[in-house]
Amino acid sequence: MDYLLTEQQTMIRDLARKIAQEKIKPVAAHYDETEEFAWPIMKILADSDLFGVNLPEQYGGLGGGIMDMCLVTEELASACGGIALGYAGTGLGTLPILLHGTEEQKKKYLPDIAKGKKLAAFCLTEAEAGSDAGSIKTTARKEGDKYILNGTKQWITNAGEADIYTVIAITDKTKGIRGASAFIVEKGARGMDFGKKEKKMGIRASATREVIFTDCEIPAANLISKEGMGFIVALKTLDTSRPGVAAQAVGIAQGALDCALDYSRTRVQFGQPISSFQAIQHMLADMGTQLEAARALTYAAARMADSGAKAMSKDSAMAKLFASDMAMKVTTDAVQILGGYGYMRDYPVEKYMRDAKITQIYEGTNQIQRNVIAANMIKETLKK
Amino acid sequence: MASIRILLDKCTGCTLCVKACPFGAIHMADRKAVIDMAKCTLCGACAAACRFSAIELKKAGGPKKDLSAYKDVWVFCEQKKGVIQSISFELLGEGRKLADKLGVKLCAVLLGSGMGDAAGKLGERGADKVYLVDHPSLNSYQDDPYTEVLVKLAEEYRPEVILCGATTIGRSLVSRVAIKIDAGLTADCTELDIDLKERLLLQTRPAFGGNIMATIITPNHRPQMATVRHKVMNEAPLQSGRLAEIISKAYPGEIFASRTRLLNIVEEIGATVNISEADAIVAGGRGMGGKENFSMLEELARVLGGAVGASRSAVDADWIPYSHQVGQTGKTVVPKLYIACGISGQIQHLIGMQSSKIIVAINKDPDAPIFKVATYGIVGDAGEIVPALTREFQRALKKRE
Amino acid sequence: MNIIVCIKQVPNTTDVRIDPVTNTLIRDGVESVINPFDNYAIEEAVRLKERMGGKVTALTMGPPQAEKALREAIGLGCDEGILVSDRKFAGSDTWATSYTLACAIKKIGDFDVILCGKQASDGDTAQVGPGISAHLDIPQVTYVKKITEISDKAATVERMTEEGYDVVETPLPCLFTVVKEINTPRMPSLKGMMRAKSAKPLIWTAGDLGADPSALGLDGSPTRVVKIFTPEARKGGEMISGPTADVARELVELLKGEVI
Repeated sequence: MDYLLTEQQTMIRDLARKIAQEKIKPVAAHYDETEEFAWPIMKILADSDLFGVNLPEQYGGLGGGIMDMCLVTEELASACGGIALGYAGTGLGTLPILLHGTEEQKKKYLPDIAKGKKLAAFCLTEAEAGSDAGSIKTTARKEGDKYILNGTKQWITNAGEADIYTVIAITDKTKGIRGASAFIVEKGARGMDFGKKEKKMGIRASATREVIFTDCEIPAANLISKEGMGFIVALKTLDTSRPGVAAQAVGIAQGALDCALDYSRTRVQFGQPISSFQAIQHMLADMGTQLEAARALTYAAARMADSGAKAMSKDSAMAKLFASDMAMKVTTDAVQILGGYGYMRDYPVEKYMRDAKITQIYEGTNQIQRNVIAANMIKETLKK
Repeated sequence: MASIRILLDKCTGCTLCVKACPFGAIHMADRKAVIDMAKCTLCGACAAACRFSAIELKKAGGPKKDLSAYKDVWVFCEQKKGVIQSISFELLGEGRKLADKLGVKLCAVLLGSGMGDAAGKLGERGADKVYLVDHPSLNSYQDDPYTEVLVKLAEEYRPEVILCGATTIGRSLVSRVAIKIDAGLTADCTELDIDLKERLLLQTRPAFGGNIMATIITPNHRPQMATVRHKVMNEAPLQSGRLAEIISKAYPGEIFASRTRLLNIVEEIGATVNISEADAIVAGGRGMGGKENFSMLEELARVLGGAVGASRSAVDADWIPYSHQVGQTGKTVVPKLYIACGISGQIQHLIGMQSSKIIVAINKDPDAPIFKVATYGIVGDAGEIVPALTREFQRALKKRE
Repeated sequence: MNIIVCIKQVPNTTDVRIDPVTNTLIRDGVESVINPFDNYAIEEAVRLKERMGGKVTALTMGPPQAEKALREAIGLGCDEGILVSDRKFAGSDTWATSYTLACAIKKIGDFDVILCGKQASDGDTAQVGPGISAHLDIPQVTYVKKITEISDKAATVERMTEEGYDVVETPLPCLFTVVKEINTPRMPSLKGMMRAKSAKPLIWTAGDLGADPSALGLDGSPTRVVKIFTPEARKGGEMISGPTADVARELVELLKGEVI
């Protein structure tokens, strides 16, 4: 299907594809097995300017938007969902600065991110605050020209590897979620520590750790927007980044479908390639169609984000929900097509299946997405 | 300047030339061949293919020098550490045939230091004459002095043909010499013959990675120079006591000057590893599963007295160093026996080994392209089959002892 | 440091297929790419520039379409590209090609290092690099696998041999042909690709080079192709199957007369 990409977007997609196929695919199984963070790949992405596709040119970026970032994420994820997350997690961690940061903050942080010299991470989730993000307990207390942070963020993507962290913390307990604020914390800040690396089911090439603040001092200038704006910043960030999760899901599904297609053409049973059996053909047809539908929805949501749409919670939630459910189904079917081989680690499809699962969970579980979608639908009816 | 055209009265529209053109520059219009000059490189393949003399390839001028003044077939004998390399004996074997066809002498050219004894023995390998230049500066190969000396010799004695091994030394050396003496040079020949009428050396070589073969001549220039691929020609038989005339040449010191300086020669490849020399190669690819499994290949190679090769993906995965890589970006090998283990047989790999005499392929995937070129194919796990083969070879070799 | 890297546009061998019926090369849809070996030369040139400062000029001879290869080279970090292109160059063998490139290099004038891939994947001759250095009468080191030291005046390099490597010191200017082992070429960068898009490679014709017309193209080429044919495709042979031990025994039996 032709998505009428611009010349620059085509160039970005082709380069990301080249890197994914030539550099990531051969090492995907290695990083999955060892759970190491793929720094050599991050270096390649950095040198190729891919970290800057969605950042403004005045900060060293290429002036594109979420759509450009989705194209990169999708291609990388088609080779390895975990490595793609190192990239996409940086995009997520950068969004609060990009969307709500001051000129000084943008000047200070974005150029290094655009060059890929520094990775970023977004810190919202806590042990008691998953789907219920409103119950976060990390606090930030203002003292003179400093904020003092205390609390523990959980399951933070890129934690320990990234240099720049955007953190949501409570500045005023009395105001509930209106008492939350967003901050920039640089790695190495006194009182900032990382927990042990989590052992995960999938996306094992990505680093997931706790970020622990113990009387962690940061300059007051690192406050993003104003005190009390923390949840607005977080929600806007997630609304904008969800097409990225959708793109990751689309990429993972594409990688699995490609394997299944190849395999079905070469695997001979009953004297013919299994692709000649209608049972397999119909599975492939459903997988391809659902994948394309998810891609179309993802691109539509990404383009909406880039058009400056004010309210896009429902639309980005739909893309994330549909694409991640699709990825789970397509990767499961890919394993089915490969049969016993699909269940073995010699073939990459079981990895795609493990990688796909997280896309139904993080950046808002699909149950929360449905809540958001339904709430918005009902609200829209009331407005009429 | 040179030009090419279709003689319309002779063209029958048979399309032979369309198929022969390696550059897709010919199509048919109104049942006559039409050449797209933007694509044509004047390579002459169409003219050679045309059965009706309907393609005229014109070239300005004729020979600039008197070609009849050039005679004899020369073989540049490569030596390392004073030891004449086996490629030189292969060239003497082939050179002997060419010289006999032309009715001229076969001459060996030997450059080195303290090579007198070795020079004397070249007669036993079929040389009628040996041009020997012995000088300390020629001890090890260096581009400048070797080029200068060979140029001087060729200018003075005017050979008709010069053969040289297509080795790292040979290719570097004669490429320079050919420019300096205005000679034609064809690289990496696998077949040589003589067109006696024109006294032409017919040089056949693979191109496009061995997918096509080209026969090349040097009509108006002498000498006709060629580098020849190692292990393709048969070594000249040893004829004990046969003598050659030794012509020792001395030159003034400046001829031996070198702008580059050879600081050190490092040998890092053991006898079991030089894959371009080996008669048997046991090669592994991605299907070997991991670095640790290459030891079983080494074991089999050791039993066969051969070397271990590898596909690009095995090298890229760091299972084995690059010096073992066979294929387009690695080495081209022509062993008597090539055992491909867990190698799928991508075109880039086949380019480097498909001229091997016998190819054995072991692969799990019955549809792997490697089986299309294999003399013997075994579908199965190399991890099981290789050790079994090693045992069988050991047993068979013991029996013979 | 002024660095010239000589590249060639070749058909991508991954795409090369033989028509099973006519036994000829199928060229439809074959993509043109930079000769794989030249990618290592480009990377080394860019690394030398990063190390020493200066400028990298990519030079190629070919049809007008070869401009694409130069743009790619610029995308990979070369500063400018020069395409030497003229109908008069058609039919060039390695002698005439190296002469033409040497003329272009003389016209460029200032250079310290010339880098070439060890050979091109379509012709596999490895003759053009040394040919250029012979025409220019400068030193050469072929099959370079590492540039260990380099200054404005001299370089120390490792030249790959069949047995290992030689350590060679050379004054500059010098021509190096490089092997795969020398580096891992980087991926193109988006900014480089954008620069490449707007770059305008210079195009020089035979007239611009001030070359001897009789030394160009087919006229200047001592060698001539008289026949091109496809070698008989190697046929797949015998499949051996059965239990591992039997298979091994059978194979060794088959090979007995031949190799052992």
